[in-house]
Amino acid sequence: MEEIKRIGSPKDLENLRRRLKLKKRTDKPVISICVSTGCAALGSMKVLEAIKAELEKQGLAEAVNVKETGCLGFCEQGPRLSIHPKDICYFKVKPEDAQEIVSKTVVKGEVVERLLYKDPATGKVARRLDEIPFYRHQVRPLLANNERIDPKSIEDYIALGGYEALAKALFKMTPEDVIEEIKRANLRGRGGGGFPTGIKWETTRKAPGHVKYVIVNCDEGDPGAFMDRSLMEGNPHSVLEGLIIGGYAVGAGEGFVYVREEYPLAAENITNAIRQAEEYGLLGENILGSGFNFKVRVHRGAGAFVSGESSALMNAIEGCIGEPRPKYVHTAVKGVWGKPSCLNNVKTWANVPLIILKGAEWFRKIGTEGSSGTAIFSLVGKVNNTGLVEVPMGITLRDLIYKIGGGIKDGKKFKAVQTGGPSGGFIPEQYLDLPVDFDELYKVGSMMGSGGMVVMDEDTCMVDAARFFIDFLLEESCGKCIPCREGLRLLSRILNEICEGKGVEEDITIIEEIAETMRDASLCALGTTAANPVLTSLKYFRDEWDQHLKAKRCPAKACKALINYYIDPEKCQACQLCRRECPTGAIQGGVDQVHWIEQDKCVKCGSCYEACRFNAIVKISGEPIPPPPPKGTKPVRRRGGR
Amino acid sequence: MGLKLRIDDKDVEAMEGETILDAARKLGIEIPTLCYHEGLEPYGACRICSVEIEKNGRKKIVAACCYPAEEGLNVKTRTPRIDRIRRIIIELAAINVGEDLSGKFLELAAEYKADTSRFLHKVKVEPSKCILCGLCVRRCVEACWDSVIGFVGRGVNRRIVMYPEKASVCSTCDHCHGICPTGRITSIGPDPPFPSIYDVLAGRE
Amino acid sequence: MSSLQLKGLTTHGRKPVRLQGVAAIVNRIVEEYRYDKSMLIQVLLRLQKSFGWLPMEMLLEVSKQMEVPLSQVYQIATFYKAFSITPRGRHLIRVCMGTACKVRGSPNILDKIQRTLNIEREQTTPDGRFTLETINCAGCCALGPVVTVDGEYHGNVKTHNVEKILEQYR
Repeated sequence: MEEIKRIGSPKDLENLRRRLKLKKRTDKPVISICVSTGCAALGSMKVLEAIKAELEKQGLAEAVNVKETGCLGFCEQGPRLSIHPKDICYFKVKPEDAQEIVSKTVVKGEVVERLLYKDPATGKVARRLDEIPFYRHQVRPLLANNERIDPKSIEDYIALGGYEALAKALFKMTPEDVIEEIKRANLRGRGGGGFPTGIKWETTRKAPGHVKYVIVNCDEGDPGAFMDRSLMEGNPHSVLEGLIIGGYAVGAGEGFVYVREEYPLAAENITNAIRQAEEYGLLGENILGSGFNFKVRVHRGAGAFVSGESSALMNAIEGCIGEPRPKYVHTAVKGVWGKPSCLNNVKTWANVPLIILKGAEWFRKIGTEGSSGTAIFSLVGKVNNTGLVEVPMGITLRDLIYKIGGGIKDGKKFKAVQTGGPSGGFIPEQYLDLPVDFDELYKVGSMMGSGGMVVMDEDTCMVDAARFFIDFLLEESCGKCIPCREGLRLLSRILNEICEGKGVEEDITIIEEIAETMRDASLCALGTTAANPVLTSLKYFRDEWDQHLKAKRCPAKACKALINYYIDPEKCQACQLCRRECPTGAIQGGVDQVHWIEQDKCVKCGSCYEACRFNAIVKISGEPIPPPPPKGTKPVRRRGGR
Repeated sequence: MGLKLRIDDKDVEAMEGETILDAARKLGIEIPTLCYHEGLEPYGACRICSVEIEKNGRKKIVAACCYPAEEGLNVKTRTPRIDRIRRIIIELAAINVGEDLSGKFLELAAEYKADTSRFLHKVKVEPSKCILCGLCVRRCVEACWDSVIGFVGRGVNRRIVMYPEKASVCSTCDHCHGICPTGRITSIGPDPPFPSIYDVLAGRE
Repeated sequence: MSSLQLKGLTTHGRKPVRLQGVAAIVNRIVEEYRYDKSMLIQVLLRLQKSFGWLPMEMLLEVSKQMEVPLSQVYQIATFYKAFSITPRGRHLIRVCMGTACKVRGSPNILDKIQRTLNIEREQTTPDGRFTLETINCAGCCALGPVVTVDGEYHGNVKTHNVEKILEQYR
């Protein structure tokens, strides 16, 4: 067991780093396996066990280091396994692959081709991460280290330069210098609002009072977003270091990390990081011998999206109900227990050590004039490559979706991209060349939000998509104020009826009136932005709404009540697969008889559609359903299938 | 040392800590409220006191009961936009109230020409005669910290329940009477007129 | 229907929890958090995790020992999704209904589970085996549709492997 030594000064920190770096150079090869929630869900823990067992079997347990590391964002390709120093990256690794990986790659230095990433478009394989198109266009100051560090080891973080920024801030800069640097860097809040962080810090510092707080918002409630989770799970010290620097800058002696209940591993890793930082003298009394005292507490959420709103979160920290405050006083002036409290998002805090160490100029060189630095997006939905993408601000939607995302899945047509979570809007094809930054997204009626980016294709119904967000907010609204609570209740009813084919034209007028009232009169941002998805959907996809209302037709063939499944008798091969999958026994036919669906028994679950290998089942909407084929119709035999 | 602001083209001076609502009352200007009560902390739930302010050339809608008076603020308490918002707020609130209207709520509905049954056919809700303004709950907390009634649930499931083990004080307390804007609580009838938490949890209410 | 109403198992018909036991269980945790009122939500989270649900006797004890109004305890216990004030089944199924999972078909997965177990969301099977809930984003968006059972994550779930997943949990 290594001796844990409290680091008493910046010099001690420097010495420790040198010792650790030296140790790494003469160190053994490393197999790094991602154990974050994503890969773990796909079985990476079993891969980890298999690798360890195989190394043991081959007598290599002492000669090779196995590291449990964090998320690199390409979760769909998980479990991910990297081998250093050659930096070979394997994906979709199974426990059975352990033997080959150890024998071939670790022992002989040969690659196992089938485990390498293969570009579906070009067929080229990639040995290293930066050879993969998904990663080639990314710039990853925040996420890159997730591959190299064990989040449970503070020494990994220190070896890579961790806490050097803290030492610099405490010993070479005054709190005002730190704030100036953040202001010059033009760091804007990564939680969604994009408010200039430096100004928020300054407001907190200047606010009257001696007791102040800094807070990490890890409540990431936007559905479709998981970058805060990855950062917190994979590199908790980067966030912690930023928080301590922030505490020093604003004059706070205590910080809180609010982690949502749905992220147990993130909470575990940050709690562990705090404990280790305390042991190493990087947290607590007299940090690094500077005289600065700072402590941090972890506070768990309990399953409420609305509690991620700044003032609601502060209420929750006080032990009160996590509802937003109606007051118009900035929480930077009157926050937790009425004290000045500076709340920032996980990604914002993680950027701080980089800015302090590398300087504001470095940060400003990345990104656009109005939005410096990188943004982390959660690119999900109907793209070929889904996952976390860290890119400089100003990259176009087209590059994000096509260069990095690899284009639309299954060769379908792009329809829209939704950004900003439930507060954001749908962006149609005409804006694909939009450079993505805070201000540009506002201009088209959406917003950056926490970074969620959901790509939608021709099979996505834009009315249904709007309904989805309204229903989400209906469940998450705290219910305190009338415009939001009743407005969402009404909007949900109307949108659901439209998707059921029961909508009337007057509904659009009602929607617009309610939207205006919610936007103007709601108590908090949940209510004021709730109508954004609906309004952008109406603005850019009005035709789909009209078809739902007038023709009772869903052009995307997604709304269950407006579609029917139909088996094409020309294509059906009478394989009975769909009959077996059907939960209600709605499909008739037999061994040599073409199948047909009894429409009044069909619950539109789509199981038959998913199961059919001959593309014989189609969805129809707004058209009359052809009658079933005459009894005893034999299938037209064709070769091949899906 | 007052803060000088303008409300409906009239000048008024307010003290630090006062709200737009306080300042308006000094001028005798009536801004409608439903969840506001002088003796209680502003709650900000009904939003009917919404007014239009202009600051640094930008217009914004804010709740007058909560927004602090500021030097140089320009406030309009009645505009077509404000009136429309207030009308819709009443029509939305009516969804929960139902068709039996009374009290202050009825008065405001008449003043803003709200069609209170406009949305009743769209959304079927068990009428509760309650707009969840919280006045009764806040008064109860003021009267006895370990309150007899309180909010439970979230969103559209939000409602007021009663805790029977705390209700013995009600026989000598009438703190929640006379403040209900919809007439759900009257000075006669069950006291307090909310179901027991245990009945609600068991699905009996 | 109000989500506060019990569907499936109800509190009447259930034996009341033994009183002495509850006070001690609560006290152990309240003491750990040093009777700090701001830790009310954290205390309830711990009780929820170790006991599986929050019976009324437990909430009364929390109110008493932490000296917070009973109405505040209930307001918090009914506001947050993590808390269950009705008994839950042995295994907790949570289907993610976030945007990415939804776009990949999680409503169909929810449907399939509902049909297989013959219960609706926020209900428990009559044999007490499963409780079905939905959550709004598990944070594994690249693996949608995502279903967790007892905190164990299952990604890329298809309707035809739902039954196999459920079979693992007796």
